[in-house]
Amino acid sequence: MAEITPVLSMKNIGKAFSGNQVLQDVSLDIMPGEIYALCGENGAGKSTLMNILFGMPVISSTGGYTGKVLIDGKEVQIKKPQEAIAYGIGMVHQEFMLIPGFTVGENIKLNREPLKNGALSRVFGKQLRNVDFEQIEKDAEASLDRLGVELDPHADVETLPVGYMQFVEIARELDKSNVKLLILDEPTAVLAESEAEIVLDIIKRLSKLGIAVLLITHRIGEIMYVADTVTILRDGLNVKTMKIADTTAGEIAELMVGRELVAVKQRDRDESENKEIAVSIKNLRVDMPGERVSGINLDVYKGEILGIGGLAGQGKLGVANGIMGIYPTFGEITVFGKPLKLNSPKSSIGAKFAFVSEDRKQQGFAPDLSIEMNMVIPAMVNHDEFFRKFGPFHQIDKKKVEETAKKYIEEFQIRCTGPKQEVKSLSGGNQQKVCIAKAILLQPDVLLVSEPTRGIDIGAKSIVLETISRINEETGVTILFTSSELGELRQVCDRIAIVSGGKVADILPPDATNEEFGLAMGGK
Amino acid sequence: MGKNGKVRGFLGKNIVPLLFACFCAVGVYYSGTGIPTILSDLVNRFDRNALLVLSLILPVISGMGLNFGIVLGAMSGQVGLILVSIWKIQGLPAILIAMLIAMVVASFCGFLAGKMLNQTKGQEMITSMILGFFANGIYQFIFLFIAGGVIKFSSDLLLSSGIGIKNTIALDSMQYALDDIKIFGVSTKVDLFTAMMFFGALFLLYYLFRVLVKKNREKKYRIRLGISAALIVAGAVGYNLPALVMYKMMVRVPIPTYLVIIGVCILIQAFMKTKLGQDMRAVGHDRKVAASAGIRVDKVRIQAIILSTVIAALGQIIFYQNLGTMDTYYGHEKVGTYCVAAILIGGASVQKATIGQAILGTLLFHLLFNVSPLAAQNMFSNSMVGGYFRMVACYGIIAVALILHAWRSRVDRKKKSEEV
Repeated sequence: MAEITPVLSMKNIGKAFSGNQVLQDVSLDIMPGEIYALCGENGAGKSTLMNILFGMPVISSTGGYTGKVLIDGKEVQIKKPQEAIAYGIGMVHQEFMLIPGFTVGENIKLNREPLKNGALSRVFGKQLRNVDFEQIEKDAEASLDRLGVELDPHADVETLPVGYMQFVEIARELDKSNVKLLILDEPTAVLAESEAEIVLDIIKRLSKLGIAVLLITHRIGEIMYVADTVTILRDGLNVKTMKIADTTAGEIAELMVGRELVAVKQRDRDESENKEIAVSIKNLRVDMPGERVSGINLDVYKGEILGIGGLAGQGKLGVANGIMGIYPTFGEITVFGKPLKLNSPKSSIGAKFAFVSEDRKQQGFAPDLSIEMNMVIPAMVNHDEFFRKFGPFHQIDKKKVEETAKKYIEEFQIRCTGPKQEVKSLSGGNQQKVCIAKAILLQPDVLLVSEPTRGIDIGAKSIVLETISRINEETGVTILFTSSELGELRQVCDRIAIVSGGKVADILPPDATNEEFGLAMGGK
Repeated sequence: MGKNGKVRGFLGKNIVPLLFACFCAVGVYYSGTGIPTILSDLVNRFDRNALLVLSLILPVISGMGLNFGIVLGAMSGQVGLILVSIWKIQGLPAILIAMLIAMVVASFCGFLAGKMLNQTKGQEMITSMILGFFANGIYQFIFLFIAGGVIKFSSDLLLSSGIGIKNTIALDSMQYALDDIKIFGVSTKVDLFTAMMFFGALFLLYYLFRVLVKKNREKKYRIRLGISAALIVAGAVGYNLPALVMYKMMVRVPIPTYLVIIGVCILIQAFMKTKLGQDMRAVGHDRKVAASAGIRVDKVRIQAIILSTVIAALGQIIFYQNLGTMDTYYGHEKVGTYCVAAILIGGASVQKATIGQAILGTLLFHLLFNVSPLAAQNMFSNSMVGGYFRMVACYGIIAVALILHAWRSRVDRKKKSEEV
């Protein structure tokens, strides 16, 4: 067989951000018309790889990369996204790059509008040439035709279903004259199944037109359906590159998740049967930007630690935020048999929920206040505690506040100069411990903890995880533990619900296999 | 959507103008003033303010909100008027030269304002408002101190001490210089019915051109053709109807200024079809997406502010040529607030504004502004209330309109998230 030159070759790519190796020795070759899947968990290095390919400023400003990029067999140095586009590389981003009030046609030709002379340009010069709306329509129609999509170029994109927005994005890239490689970043992440299918068919069609497609996705089903070749990245390493014909969905899932596990929590599973239901969630929908929940049913048993896992953007964070009423929420939640008033943080706290938010800096604490005040304020406000009362006058019981704070500082090993230290001067891990103490002081029946180990070092991480387990054992409080790190979920949880596409994909025991977790996360 | 839903949709979309139209009707009724008097005043007020309100459109389209910074444009206009007064130029040439000067000054001010607003994206409205106050300080410094104090010259515009420009400047020679251009000695400020026939004929010719030459056979053009013809007929009937003689006598329409206003509307409309106009729309809808498509967002925004400031400058000159005396230090101060109130009443919002809304808003606002003091006085039988009422009407409008818009967008958002 004659040698075909790959459209794009990336050879031995490496990249470090301030000494932290995020990509190491990653290589891939994409042939003309090939559908090439790139998959891996969040943080596996997919976006860094794309940033390198597009010459994004983040790369050059942090010391560039190592390795070679070849387009059509020739080595290139791409310094700006425009250069990548000039080489014929198009990219459809995960978030839509569409102007909401514009029509389909206007969006396809955005900033590449065909122009013609008009009255104003004759007087004031070229800058005021008229946009040729008829030509826009014709060009747009031609591009949409090539995709095989029936769509009116006059339609306002805002009114289109999400799936069609994706088509417009692809049509725009196709309209750029010389596209030979199209990168699609999780094109089906926000689509319904039927729409996703059409997108996949479009991908196949593009490949028949001779355009190579680099498909970034974690949906294993899609990879099996469309791709010719798959490369799995994990922790910045090229784990494996395989022909789809030679592999199985199970193998891909295992390679994607697989890492050595620390001790998985062992519990007598019969114990969790026949237990009282603490929180029952029915058809929960939460409109949290970027973490939309679209219909979750879940029972949380009294006294258990229920983990909520899944990939970023799939909606796992929306569950706790919805229960606390922080984002617009619909559906039904009952707490120990009593219905909970939705969209009201106050009534959620009244129902004895306490929340350690994933957004530590914004919602977790008041940075300028002392450790002790941060810990006790919610209890003061909601339970009227830590006060000395003189008739109508209340005074803060400073002694009690200080004692309580000292107790938790010791118990959680918070590194500080004393209870009066400002929280903003603590390290991330110690701030997180303050947040947990604060939540516990509310004496909750159900504790919601979201991403407690995000952005803190390993030592602090294990203390936080230990603390969560211990609180659960000692006080019997029910815990809903949301985390994007599967490892830590498996360490502390009794059951783990994997959220994908805003719904619960599966509920697994912590000792389930990597393959099972991988498939659930991949939405299959 | 059923017919009921359609009606509700229409009511919801136009709730602000409808509400204020009701206020206007009540105001007209209680003011006890005759319709011809009110109409005559309204025709003049529209003539004075239309351009100033129109100047707000482009920044809204570019996503920069309501540009309170048109105060800068108003100041530029006054700079032009002060200079031509010092140079003792008279009549229409004075107006035209003042406009030229004002356009240069306004372009410069608009450029600086645009630069500044680019540093404060997302807070353009409050920034442009404060910018107006700040520029007012510089303006006063220049005309109270530099003029005569540093740059020595003699002019009867200077205060008796020889330093600083007088508080009020009489623009006698310039009054009505544009409103009433004499063509071969014939006045172009005509009665209501002649004006109706004139503009009717103008529109009729335009739409005939569209339908016959450009072959736009759409329904809306045929309807507009009909309306133009009806306008001519109504004008002709009114002209000859003795019952309407009060209207004929009292209401005088300044044709040339109205032509200028129509001209600016057409220019804005044509401008929106150009590449630059398209870029402004893109930037206004989504800055990030526009930038990622390679549109130079900052430059487009500066251009929008420059154009807005220039139109406002022309507007302020037209304002004073109609009024005849210029208030040197306070004339520009409230321009921003009044015009914003006007366009909001017309149904515009921080995100969306059209020429139609600007025109409707100018009419409603100034009708209310005109009748509210008298109406209040009559309703509460207390002459003190009238003046206050006007203030309440003006600032209340801004608050109510903004609240109604916020309420509407919340309803829309809720509907949207319920669909999910």
